[in-house]
Amino acid sequence: MIHKRRTLLSASIPTSSMADIAFLLIIFFLVTTTFSMDKGLGLTLPPSGTKTTVPSVNIARVWIDTTGKITLDDREATLDELGSRIKTLTGKNPNIIVSIKTASDARYQSFVDVIDEIKKAGNDKISIAEPD
Amino acid sequence: MAHIQSRFSRRNRISEGISTGPLADISFLLIIFFMVTTVFVVYRGFPVDLPPAQKIDALLGKRNFVNIWIDPQGRIMVDEFDTQLPQVGNIVKTKLTMNPRIVVLVKSDRNTPYRLISGVIEELKKADALRVSFIAREEK
Repeated sequence: MIHKRRTLLSASIPTSSMADIAFLLIIFFLVTTTFSMDKGLGLTLPPSGTKTTVPSVNIARVWIDTTGKITLDDREATLDELGSRIKTLTGKNPNIIVSIKTASDARYQSFVDVIDEIKKAGNDKISIAEPD
Repeated sequence: MAHIQSRFSRRNRISEGISTGPLADISFLLIIFFMVTTVFVVYRGFPVDLPPAQKIDALLGKRNFVNIWIDPQGRIMVDEFDTQLPQVGNIVKTKLTMNPRIVVLVKSDRNTPYRLISGVIEELKKADALRVSFIAREEK
């Protein structure tokens, strides 16, 4: 008789605290989760040592000097001009590759500005030349 | 009238408790979601004033990234390693053998001289880490 009563008592496991524990864990993971917020200009570099010859008609040469002045194919250009000129060049020749050469002492900002402008002009074929 | 009342009170009795059974299920589902998406960051690099740019793409995921911080004084940090320029290639190469899908995130100050960036790019080419992203701040 006693035995029977005991089994009756332990028949249910209290599940109400389960949700509390679960919510506690949720809050912990909510707080610790950081979603990546990085945004950037993606590029694919050519492998080291590979030299591919590209006909010079397909290359637009961009030179960034120490002060951040930009030259496209030996003609000076502002950032906006660079964008519109790259756009016309790409329109005329879709295979055009923009080769960027930056002076060693130029600021990183000028380099990023130029890549940004070229990407905005719709050209994704960017090559980065080593400074002399 | 009495009949209606009894029916009413009976109805009341049925809907008395809110069923809390599925609550735990939902919570556990959420826990699993957050557990899977959580990546604990053990390194923070150093603060850099990122250059602003407009045509930037969001980078999703976190497990396939290698962060390289470069400051104007030439201090370089590759994820958790405080390092010098000639070692960058080796560190990235080791990371690349562990995970071939790596994308390198270059986080540099806008005033960094280009020679440092170029040095890092050459190191990355040597290490065959060819997918690079220059991290920028969104310009409005």
